[in-house]
Amino acid sequence: MAEHVIELKNVKKVYGKTVKTEALKGIDLAFEKTSFTSIIGQSGSGKSTLLNIIGTLDRPTEGQVFVNGKDTSLLSKDDLSTLRNKSIGFIFQFHYLLPEFTALENVLMPIRISKKKVTKDVLKRANELMDLVGLEKVKDNLANNMSGGQQQRTAIARALMNQPDIILADEPTGNLDSDTTRQIYELLRKINKELKTTFIIITHDRKVAEEADRIIEIKDGQVNVDMSGDQNE
Amino acid sequence: MKLALQIAWRFLTSAKGQTIMIVLGISIGVSVQVFIGSLIQGLQISLVDATIGNSSQVTITRANEENYIESYDELTSTYIMDDEDIAIVSYAIDQPATLVDQDQTSPVLLRGFSLEEANELYGFDEKLIEGRMPEAKDEVLVGDLLMEDMQLGIGDTYVINALNIGQIEVEIVGVYDFGVTAIDESWLVTNLVTVQGLLGIGDAISSIEMQVKEPFDADIIMEDLQNDLGQDYYVSNWKDQNADLLSGLNGQSVSSVMIQVFVTLSVVLGIASVLAITVLQKSKQLGILKAMGIKDKEASLIFLSEGFILGIFGAIGGVSLGLGLSLAFTQFAVNPDGTPVVDLYIDPQFILLSAGIAILAASLASLIPARRSSKISVIEVIKNG
Repeated sequence: MAEHVIELKNVKKVYGKTVKTEALKGIDLAFEKTSFTSIIGQSGSGKSTLLNIIGTLDRPTEGQVFVNGKDTSLLSKDDLSTLRNKSIGFIFQFHYLLPEFTALENVLMPIRISKKKVTKDVLKRANELMDLVGLEKVKDNLANNMSGGQQQRTAIARALMNQPDIILADEPTGNLDSDTTRQIYELLRKINKELKTTFIIITHDRKVAEEADRIIEIKDGQVNVDMSGDQNE
Repeated sequence: MKLALQIAWRFLTSAKGQTIMIVLGISIGVSVQVFIGSLIQGLQISLVDATIGNSSQVTITRANEENYIESYDELTSTYIMDDEDIAIVSYAIDQPATLVDQDQTSPVLLRGFSLEEANELYGFDEKLIEGRMPEAKDEVLVGDLLMEDMQLGIGDTYVINALNIGQIEVEIVGVYDFGVTAIDESWLVTNLVTVQGLLGIGDAISSIEMQVKEPFDADIIMEDLQNDLGQDYYVSNWKDQNADLLSGLNGQSVSSVMIQVFVTLSVVLGIASVLAITVLQKSKQLGILKAMGIKDKEASLIFLSEGFILGIFGAIGGVSLGLGLSLAFTQFAVNPDGTPVVDLYIDPQFILLSAGIAILAASLASLIPARRSSKISVIEVIKNG
């Protein structure tokens, strides 16, 4: 149990009140610390719903989600916000940077939301993260003045800023070209190895998925395939 | 708080055109408030000043009009001198009489004053158009209308006849113009001893006339004095004698307040609706901030801060615009002689109040979008890309 950074027990999600659509039909999953998992599935299979529930952005209709052993169904909205801020980093397909702020300011945002002071050490760490994702030259650019790849790297650096246990990524390279996609995944793997961060990544790209430690395929709201990936990397 | 304020500031500065429009909207509202308020206050002050600025605002006489006030010095030092609400105290003794010039006569009101104090109250020296102020006994000022009517001359002496009392000879030493027909054709202004001499009485007067620091408190001051002085005296005040003017002023104040209330209301509605749209415009940003763990309260604070910032800039702009408008009004809306049609009254307290109301109104208006922002769900934002 202690090894599982995230655990789902019989998680169901039903949308709609009159016409009910069952997006998730009872999912049991556990994710080990420092693992790198990819989730695949056709669109509408429920994989994004699953990721949102893991990330506490959405609540399951039934079942429980444990993050670091804590039952999230018992937490208040504010407690969930704090949990997300401290333990979970998100990377979305549409980068979602704050366009009013510079790349560096975006990376510092999780620290500021946690009400910690931006000390010299914090700033040093932010700069290191930006160097790590290869953004040393565009730190002070506004988010809109960067390329798609640069924006996504900024989002990755931002997700890492609070040293979260888990990074959840929903098609992080969905709208990037194949070269950039390659670089981003190499980067994510590097972070996984160096910083021991747990990754759960949704992707539609089989090649990318196969490089993960574990592949989970979701079909019609259920786990269809759950297997260890190619470990040859 | 600091983060919310900074995000609010960035949101506002990133949409400069929109922000300038809102600030301009608030500014115009505030400037109308400042201008209308200053105009109406100025109008009222000049109206009140014209009506009672140069007359007695609180007057003490004897309850029985036949009696005189003899111990007026003592009465003043006991009841009036220490009263901080009273600005000017002057003594008067009046006697209706007839001015005789050869074969023609005219009814006059011989008014003896303690001239030095009365001059502060009535401003005789400003109204003097010819000659000088009376200095010795039996010297009088005459109004320009009576002067013209009776063809009187400065330096000439005339007989003043008080029926059943006696008569004296007076010398006209100057001519005044009050601009009020009733006064200009009947008052003969002189010192106390001239009238006391005619009446053959000692050092007594018929009324104590006063101006007060706050003319609108005249009725309260009157009541206090009446209580102190008792039944032998009768105290009157200008408000009782000018009820029509007062109701006119009241109506003006009410309509001025109404204008200001509706201007404020329209500003509030304007800001509320624009900010509500801003929430939608910024829903992506709010979604990602919430995913990163910002709490609903702090998200609401962003929009409250926006309202507050807009209010502050709107208030600054509005006060400058309003003062500029007022200045332009006094420069361009002028009488033929170059004096402004209405003297504006710039009251710093009123302007601060207007600015305060603007900031408060803008902050209040942002409550609606602030509530709305706390309802934005991350899921909706992510789903809609």
